[in-house]
Amino acid sequence: MNIIEVKNLVKKFGDFIAVDNISFDVKRGEIFAFLGPNGAGKSTTIKMLTTLLNPTSGSLLLDGNNPVLDSNKVRKSFGIVFQDPSLDDELTAWENMEFHGVLYDVPKKLRRERIEYLLKFVELWDRKNSLVKEFSGGMKRRLEIARGLLHHPKIIFLDEPTLGLDPQTRNHMWNYLKELNKNEGTTIFFTTHYMEEAEKIAQRISIIDNGKIIASGTAEELKTKANAKSLEEAFLSLTGKTIRNEDTGSKDSMRMHRRMWTKR
Amino acid sequence: MKTIYILWLRQLKRYVRSKSRMIGSLAQPLLFLVSLSFGFGPIFQKAGDGNYLNFLVPGIIGMSIIFSAVFSGMEIIWDRQFGFLKETLVAPVSRFNIMFGRTLGGATMSVAQGLIVFFISLFLGFRPTSWIIFPFVLLVMFLVAILFTALGTMIASLLEDMQGFQLIINFLVMPLFFLSGAIFPLQGLPKALSIISSLDPLAYGIDAFRSLLINVTHFGLGTDILVLSITSLIFLGLGSYFFSKIQI
Repeated sequence: MNIIEVKNLVKKFGDFIAVDNISFDVKRGEIFAFLGPNGAGKSTTIKMLTTLLNPTSGSLLLDGNNPVLDSNKVRKSFGIVFQDPSLDDELTAWENMEFHGVLYDVPKKLRRERIEYLLKFVELWDRKNSLVKEFSGGMKRRLEIARGLLHHPKIIFLDEPTLGLDPQTRNHMWNYLKELNKNEGTTIFFTTHYMEEAEKIAQRISIIDNGKIIASGTAEELKTKANAKSLEEAFLSLTGKTIRNEDTGSKDSMRMHRRMWTKR
Repeated sequence: MKTIYILWLRQLKRYVRSKSRMIGSLAQPLLFLVSLSFGFGPIFQKAGDGNYLNFLVPGIIGMSIIFSAVFSGMEIIWDRQFGFLKETLVAPVSRFNIMFGRTLGGATMSVAQGLIVFFISLFLGFRPTSWIIFPFVLLVMFLVAILFTALGTMIASLLEDMQGFQLIINFLVMPLFFLSGAIFPLQGLPKALSIISSLDPLAYGIDAFRSLLINVTHFGLGTDILVLSITSLIFLGLGSYFFSKIQI
């Protein structure tokens, strides 16, 4: 049974093809890693799955619903930890959590319990009344993770969640997620640049490069396919060793200009 | 309901916490109030139009509301740049509720801003003709505030970053303010200008304030309220439409 079904998905920004005709499935209750170099199209795909961006063509199903047509139903089924910051700096840590909990309709008692548990979990409980703008980068990251875990959705998207986290927090977070996966059958969809993390945690992996999926399977299968000893080696031999320019600056401004002129 | 409330609360908390912004946004209306009323007061008096301060105060209340309302509507651009907008957009809450909660929050603080200007003007010597109408003044303030917050939301939904911001202020908000009759009477204007003014929704807001506070009106209070209500609804509709089209 698939909880995510993607068929022939394409996303173009002007002439630039960010996601080029990809298809993949994620099974219910699976831990799935979506790997790829910078600018490969991972975040764009996640944005389309999470209703933030409409695809140019192709079909998407999340828990049986279409993110474009049934966006509200889809939004009820997932939670997400974004790659870049998405906290309100002018609110306190606790207020950010509370805001999220109310938006996701977590009942008050449960909400307060979980907020306390999770803030203690990421060791921010004694800073709960500090404004987020006073936090360091690592603290903000921890708060984002705690917030993403506040409601227990069917699918959790984690876009490079462990970037900038110390090994302790990283470990801690994965243990929590694995528990959630085991106890509530939560599907976990994540991206990461740490190959050992993907190898250790993911049950299945897809590798995307230049907008195309170039390999899928378990870590073992990918290693066999690339004839490599580790996933890192396999990743490098499949995607090549050139360093990618993320080039978000020009891509973003291109996207902006296009939007300014076409008014979407 | 709860989601609208929490979005409203967030806007308010942000407003109360940014003291510098609160003070900054009061400086401009006060400068206008003091310099214009003392500067033009004598001429206005000689022209036989009476007390200029009394005439000016409703206009400046309108000014402080339109500025802070458009600004707070446009805060969406900040949220987009700092990433917080994503957090609200992936939540299972209808786009209309998000937009409406924010708009109510922005409108509430704009009314607060207008009230502060009103109370300060009392110290400068402003006297409303009657105090019984005060709840109605509040109501009109709220209508005007909702109208322009929704307008700000609409504009912000179409812009990607702050680059267009100056453009909006100079080519939209400033003209809306200056052509609204906030600082001069609409009676006896050249035909062209008078037509333009009658298309400016702020003109009706300020006219309603004058009608209630100093018993002077150009369009008539009934027309004012009708025009304000209809335009508010239109902009709420447009605002939530464009807001629902945002992609990140």
